[in-house]
Amino acid sequence: MSQPLIEFQGVEKRFGDTVIFKDFNFSVEDGEIVSIIGPSGSGKSTLLRILMTLEGIEGGVVNVAGEPLWHKRTANGLVPADNKHLHRMRHHLGMVFQHFNLFPHMSVKRNITEAPMRVQGKTKAEAEAIADELLELVGMSDKADMYPNELSGGQKQRVGIARALAMQPSILLLDEITSALDPELVDEVLDVIRNLAKKHSFTMLLVTHEMYFAREISDRVCFFDQGAIVEEGEPEQIFTAPKETRTQAFLNAYMSQ
Amino acid sequence: MPFGEIISILLEGALVTLKIVALALPLAAVMAFGFGMLRLYAPKPIKYLAIIYIEFFRGTSALIQLYWIYFVLPFFGFSFDAMTAGVVALGLNIGAYGTEVVRGAMASVPKGQYEAAVALNFSSTQRLWRILMPQALVNMIPPFGNLAIELVKATSLVSLITIADLTYRAKALADMTLQVTEIFAVVLVLYFLFAQVLAIGFRVLEKKLSRGLGRGGLGQ
Amino acid sequence: MNGFDWDWQFTFEVMPTILEAAKVTLLATLLGSCLAIVVGLSFALLRRSGFFLVRSITYWIVEFVRSTPLLVQIFFLYYVMPEFGISMSPLLTGVLALGLHYGAYLSEVFRSGIDGVEKGQWEASRALNLSVFDTYKDIVLPQALRPMIPATGNYIIAMFKETPQLSAITLLEMLQVAKIIGSENFRYLEPFTLVGVLYLLFSLIAAYGIHCVERRFPKEGITLK
Repeated sequence: MSQPLIEFQGVEKRFGDTVIFKDFNFSVEDGEIVSIIGPSGSGKSTLLRILMTLEGIEGGVVNVAGEPLWHKRTANGLVPADNKHLHRMRHHLGMVFQHFNLFPHMSVKRNITEAPMRVQGKTKAEAEAIADELLELVGMSDKADMYPNELSGGQKQRVGIARALAMQPSILLLDEITSALDPELVDEVLDVIRNLAKKHSFTMLLVTHEMYFAREISDRVCFFDQGAIVEEGEPEQIFTAPKETRTQAFLNAYMSQ
Repeated sequence: MPFGEIISILLEGALVTLKIVALALPLAAVMAFGFGMLRLYAPKPIKYLAIIYIEFFRGTSALIQLYWIYFVLPFFGFSFDAMTAGVVALGLNIGAYGTEVVRGAMASVPKGQYEAAVALNFSSTQRLWRILMPQALVNMIPPFGNLAIELVKATSLVSLITIADLTYRAKALADMTLQVTEIFAVVLVLYFLFAQVLAIGFRVLEKKLSRGLGRGGLGQ
Repeated sequence: MNGFDWDWQFTFEVMPTILEAAKVTLLATLLGSCLAIVVGLSFALLRRSGFFLVRSITYWIVEFVRSTPLLVQIFFLYYVMPEFGISMSPLLTGVLALGLHYGAYLSEVFRSGIDGVEKGQWEASRALNLSVFDTYKDIVLPQALRPMIPATGNYIIAMFKETPQLSAITLLEMLQVAKIIGSENFRYLEPFTLVGVLYLLFSLIAAYGIHCVERRFPKEGITLK
């Protein structure tokens, strides 16, 4: 079996005195689509934020594409990563946020082209060609010149997806991307992800509260509670025949809502 | 004294006031940005230096600073003419308040903007200048407008170190003539008009900037 | 530098005189604050008047006072009041100017404090048939008080720092006394620095005091007698 694309080995993460992860192990294969479900405060988003280098770790190692993310290999073993190393590692990753985090002072198109031009050194023409293609993919071609605060939540999130894809990451992190949306706008965003999952061979890691969507799209579903994976398996098994009582309780509570 | 003559003397003073504002405002802006950024991002020893400047100039009053620069510094071998002393004192004073505006505006940019910039792999310099600063700038305009009005008001202090500005002339005319009510009414109205023109100017600037940056305001 | 050294002996010589003048400074601040609070509250309530004319006139008065220099207002009162047969001591003139100027600033603080009280509180008071006066006194102001403390405190400190401007109408406060000492001895360094340090010290103590008052103040507000 080949090496997993993402690998958490004995990771420890604390916020002050609060322990989020302790001796946490987790891995994702290349091309896998993994959904993470669980009650809030269970560390789901923290997992994604550690991968996106938005949160550091206190112990253990995170490997991405066979290389430690938060450490650098030296002759004397692993040392904490410097900015240069993080910058290089971030090329593997892209993230879509719960609250979109679009840049309000840039047009939709500029939101998408800014990073390819400034970070990857693409020309304006190259970046715009990518942007046009992605805007088409997310169904936003007609909104290219608008500004974020002129868009609906669903439209903003579709731009958010396009912006993350423009950097051509091999891993896409989706952090509760529909939680901030009005119910009627959820589907237009999920449709984009469905399309992506079908046409492209991304590795996707998504934290979500949309159970039917997780069931439909995932190769694997992980149920998180209190910083640990309580149960993981194929979606059919998790949703129809959960083995653990905590998983059953969570899903029952969720279904009865 | 004929009223027309009084008016023309006062208007000449108003020009002096305007000149001080025009010179002190850029100095204040440079201090506000420079020390505001140092306060936020500089390594420890330099940061403390910035804090000392800010706390000192905010903790004492502009008049004391003006007197110190004008009366005390010459004993250390730094002699200024009254005009320079006035511009320097007011520029440093208003600039110290401006650092807090810069700091507050940078802090008001939502944390998600920083996170999105990291996720898109912008360098720290790019994050600051391309993502955070343009958004913070719009938020700075209204409080900077208020500070500019505070500066106009504070220029009246230079009359106490013998600069013949609007206030100085008003007092001199009041000592010489009997038309004190008219004189001070005109002076107050002139200051009021300055402030209103500045307020309108900054409001237009804010509208223009926020349109260019995000078509009418930030927030998502 | 031309070897101008700090003279400690001179410092201790002038210290008592300057500290004596500090009393005048503090008195002016205290009286000025009381007046400013009364003026501020009056303006704030007038801004909420049912009559459009009253509201807009109050708005422009506040705007006018806030956007013209305190020093000119001080001169205005000092020179113009005698024209109308009112003559006051420099201290009273100064207190009046400080109270008016900062009253205008405080009215905005009070207004937003009052606006910050939930609309439901007004509705509940109306439902209980309380008079407007009782609603303000017993329901709205007690709740509005706590959020007003920091801004009010900051304006009082700002007022304190602007008292040196009263030297312009010959009030013998700290700066004026320091200036007189300076011109008599041809030494400005010690007196002016001393005044600056005293202002800094008083401001820091006052800021800490306000912080304590705010922290101690009950969150649910207090009942006004």
